[in-house]
Amino acid sequence: MANEKRVISVIVMNESSVLARITSMFAARGYNIESLTVAPIPDSDMSHITIATNGSSKVMEQITKQLHKLIPVYKVIEHEEMVEKEMVLAKFPIAENLADISVLASAYNGGVVNVGKEMIIVMAADEPKRIKHFIEAAQRYNPCEIIRGGVVAIER
Amino acid sequence: MQMSGAQMVCEAIIAEGVKTVFGYPGGAIMHVYDEIYKQDGFEHILNRHEQAAVHAADGYARATGEVGVAMVTSGPGFTNAVTGLATAYMDSIPMVVISGQVPLSLIGTDGFQEIDAVGISRPCTKHNFLVRSIEELPRILKEAFYLARTGRPGPVLVDIPKDITVETGEFKYPESVNIPSYKPTYKGNKKQIVKAVEAIKNAKKPLLYVGGGAVLSDAYKLIREMAEKTKIPVVETLMARGVMGHDHPQLLGMLGMHGNYASNMAMSETDLIISLGARFDDRVTGKLSEFAKYADIIHVDIDPANIAKLVDVQYPIVGDVKQVLEEMLPLLESVDPDRYQAWREILKRYDELHPQSYIDSDEVIKPQWAIERLGELVGEDAIITSDVGQHQMWAAQHYPFDRPRQWINSGGLGTMGFGFPAAIGAKKAHPEKTVINITGDGSILMNMQELVTAAEYDIPVINVILNNHFLGMVRQWQTFFYEKRYSETDLTFQPNWKALAEACGGIGYDVTTKEEFDAALKDAIKQNKVCFMNVSVNRFENVLPMVPAGGALFNMMLPSPELADSALEDKKGTK
Repeated sequence: MANEKRVISVIVMNESSVLARITSMFAARGYNIESLTVAPIPDSDMSHITIATNGSSKVMEQITKQLHKLIPVYKVIEHEEMVEKEMVLAKFPIAENLADISVLASAYNGGVVNVGKEMIIVMAADEPKRIKHFIEAAQRYNPCEIIRGGVVAIER
Repeated sequence: MQMSGAQMVCEAIIAEGVKTVFGYPGGAIMHVYDEIYKQDGFEHILNRHEQAAVHAADGYARATGEVGVAMVTSGPGFTNAVTGLATAYMDSIPMVVISGQVPLSLIGTDGFQEIDAVGISRPCTKHNFLVRSIEELPRILKEAFYLARTGRPGPVLVDIPKDITVETGEFKYPESVNIPSYKPTYKGNKKQIVKAVEAIKNAKKPLLYVGGGAVLSDAYKLIREMAEKTKIPVVETLMARGVMGHDHPQLLGMLGMHGNYASNMAMSETDLIISLGARFDDRVTGKLSEFAKYADIIHVDIDPANIAKLVDVQYPIVGDVKQVLEEMLPLLESVDPDRYQAWREILKRYDELHPQSYIDSDEVIKPQWAIERLGELVGEDAIITSDVGQHQMWAAQHYPFDRPRQWINSGGLGTMGFGFPAAIGAKKAHPEKTVINITGDGSILMNMQELVTAAEYDIPVINVILNNHFLGMVRQWQTFFYEKRYSETDLTFQPNWKALAEACGGIGYDVTTKEEFDAALKDAIKQNKVCFMNVSVNRFENVLPMVPAGGALFNMMLPSPELADSALEDKKGTK
């Protein structure tokens, strides 16, 4: 069984230690978390957790079931047909080629977000695969810092 | 009504109909104990260790099917309770454990006797709560009991900071619970049930595989009915002993690592497993790739996560065993029991070939004899608890269990020290029954302080210690798999059991002959006091059959004189 990358959305009751319940279940059962994002769902007492993980279909089935078993978990969506986005922030020395950097960021659905005395900061928001390409391409401009935001996904 | 948090705890326990609470006080839970002193709605038993208190609540729950309640203080009180929580969690036992916590203002400061109870207990409870305000306390207490007993049951921890037990607030115990994210499935999917029945009709070698879930869902009558209607043979797991009743002609026995030959062969050759509340534990399946190679599987389980966790399942049915069988039974009318005649005959021959047996002796008490003798002397009147090890397996193999909830043991976690306090809980639940803890000279010492509890509260539990001066099960593995290097398993140094029991207010018996065994048991029942029956048994006796860990279920080590008694083998070797 091939290990596939999968994205799962978990809708949970927004209460204390709910995130710990989820991450400790992953840790205890030996499942992998590649990225994790969490934020409250507007106008509700629930939160949306997006987890990128990988495993065989059998492992994915267990992950889904074990998530469901947690009491504050309201819904688990194993994404199939989804729009997937990830955000990244990158900081470059001001001495680098700013025009190139700006073009690079806009090519990946982003742009310049801040320019200071010594640094320029850009963002990009795109599919996780493309974000990887962006980071590769950014290397030639000697980035001082790159921060990825983790995957969010929505079913089409 | 206005009352303190401590009063709310007592009122909730009374409202839930709990008659006995097991526990141990301490700083953070003192306000609750102050209210316990003032009330007379339930009795409190002071066990002499928090672990024992939780096991006692667990034994009470297993004997009755109701929620057991234990109460402990913060810090070490709670950490001592963790083994009890994990034991109940692994066997899906409904239980509520209430622990004290340092005041809210001290949480996170490494205060005296502070420990992150909800953090520690997360993987070994069905759910847990840290109460953060007096307003939410009544709801949390209600939800705790509800979660413990519904769906797949399990232990729930309620951790209450000390200041919340002092504060007063409005108490109205909720009548119902609404947790939108928790809706267990009880009714099986009708279409799946119909498909499963078709599979049963088409099978040639079907097998009913019954697990602890059958006990938890009180489904034994329906399971017996299903077996009798279809004449399908039955195997039980360790946790399901008593579901069919020992003398039922269709019961093959217990399967697994120490299952009997016919049961394990039936599982290896069946073409359709009908799994009712069992979870394909590794002690049952042996090597997974060799397990039930020719079988399709109908898996009925209330916990969807159990289905297809270890084996592929063709007919998954999520639901309560009892409710699923209620739907399924009428559909089984058209099953022709004669269809499985050839299969039953094969299994009968297997059983005749290698029946569950042992070689008795006139010189020394064989542990299997002691268990069978217990069965003859107290039989269906007794509730049997056990600790963990050889004695546990012999009890499961040889005691004539007649009904579910008669056999109480730690199956999933395998907790030594479980049996005695669990017996105390069972005896509190059923004072009219004889309660016997079948234990070993290793296990009993792990909660022997409960002699004091049992003596103080007049809880006459009989501890039958099958004493082989060894940590027997580990010794057995060392004999078979570690070239007899008996690393740290020789228990030749022992307490004076009789004196120990007497020092704590109980009775002790030293038993070395069969006559003494009978006399001691009769006297113990008559005296009606907690006791230790120290029974010297054959030292090198092994539990057989045995499937070596990781081996295929059909590759059993069967009872031969040499395998059954490792001392015999040694004598031969020196000749």
